[in-house]
Amino acid sequence: MSEVRKDWPLYEVFVRGKRGLNHVHVGSLHAADDRMALRNARDLYTRRNEGVSIWVVAAADITASSPDEKDPFFAPSGDKVYRHPTFYEIPDNVPHM
Amino acid sequence: MTEELERSFEDTIARDQRLEPRDWVPEGYRKTMIRQISQHAHSEIIGMQPEANWITRAPSLRRKAILLAKVQDEAGHGLYLYSAAETLGVDRTELTEKLISGAQKYSSIFNYPTVTFADVGVIGWLVDGAAICNQVPLCRSSYGPYARGMIRICKEESFHQRQGYELLMTMMRGTEAQREMVQEATNRWWWPSLMMFGPPDADSPNTEQSMAWKIKRHTNDELRQRFVDMSVPQAEALGVTLPDPELSWNAECGSYDFGAIDWNEFKQILKGNGPCNAERIAKRRAAHEDGAWVREAAAAHAAKQRDRERSAA
Ligand SMILES: [Fe+2]
Ligand SMILES: [Fe+2]
Repeated sequence: MSEVRKDWPLYEVFVRGKRGLNHVHVGSLHAADDRMALRNARDLYTRRNEGVSIWVVAAADITASSPDEKDPFFAPSGDKVYRHPTFYEIPDNVPHM
Repeated sequence: MTEELERSFEDTIARDQRLEPRDWVPEGYRKTMIRQISQHAHSEIIGMQPEANWITRAPSLRRKAILLAKVQDEAGHGLYLYSAAETLGVDRTELTEKLISGAQKYSSIFNYPTVTFADVGVIGWLVDGAAICNQVPLCRSSYGPYARGMIRICKEESFHQRQGYELLMTMMRGTEAQREMVQEATNRWWWPSLMMFGPPDADSPNTEQSMAWKIKRHTNDELRQRFVDMSVPQAEALGVTLPDPELSWNAECGSYDFGAIDWNEFKQILKGNGPCNAERIAKRRAAHEDGAWVREAAAAHAAKQRDRERSAA
């Protein structure tokens, strides 16, 4: 049998506010397992119909960028101004663009 | 290297941007933030007790449902805040242990007893009202997770204050005895509510640093004045007298002058000598200890489930 953790692991909670929106991170909680995390997330983060769908993810399973590497990590998009519509000059008399 | 990190920290604050969990912050900032958030969390958790005292004796099903929802919200506020504190690298269990061992404090206000049902109303009106005054500026606190937690909390506090005030209005329309209960509860909670904003600015050594770090946006005395100015017309509309003979309108300042606060009483409560300090902590400790077997059983069940899934795979 695997070691019994006395402290419940940390879960991060994401809530979809309504249909058509993305899930948004709202906070965290501790739970013994995934199912309990989901139930607790409902009780804690959606007491007033704040959501139509919840994701819970064990915090240990999340891979995140770290702030130290922020610049080089996001650099690939930093110098690609041509990805933005404002990069292109279109004369004022061209409609619907 | 450290210099560069410090510069980027100062920069973030100067630009009024938020600091986020994995950002580098000076040790002092981290410590202050952990202390403030965990004390705030503890206050929400202990703050359930005075009102929970009346849940089983609420005078109607409507009032009982409202009170249950309110107390449940306070539990939620505590959990949002523990969640924010954990992003700074502390552990929730450790914080609970610090609360029940007395190593960390909670708001002095929750060490007063709730003698009658009118106290429930006055807590909603004045105590939650003072909390709102304190918390609204914290929605712009420089630490992102704390600021976001405060936004959630502030949205919910408005219900707390309004249900309390409505309860009091109902009692004021009742019998003479009920009106007296409201007045007496107001007398009990007015001064302790003013103390909720903390010591006067002259005796608040941490304020300056907290303002510089944009952890705090206003001084204790500023917020206290704002609260007095908001409360006076509310008391008038309700028909109660605030227990301060020196309370008077100062036309020059455009605000109310009020009498001296008994800071000795405040200090005594912080030292643990308030009417309910021991009772509040004992109750929290019992809940924690009595719940230990449930936490262990759930963890054991989860581990067994995992093992079963693994051997089935
Ligand atoms: Fe609260
Ligand atoms: Fe509240």
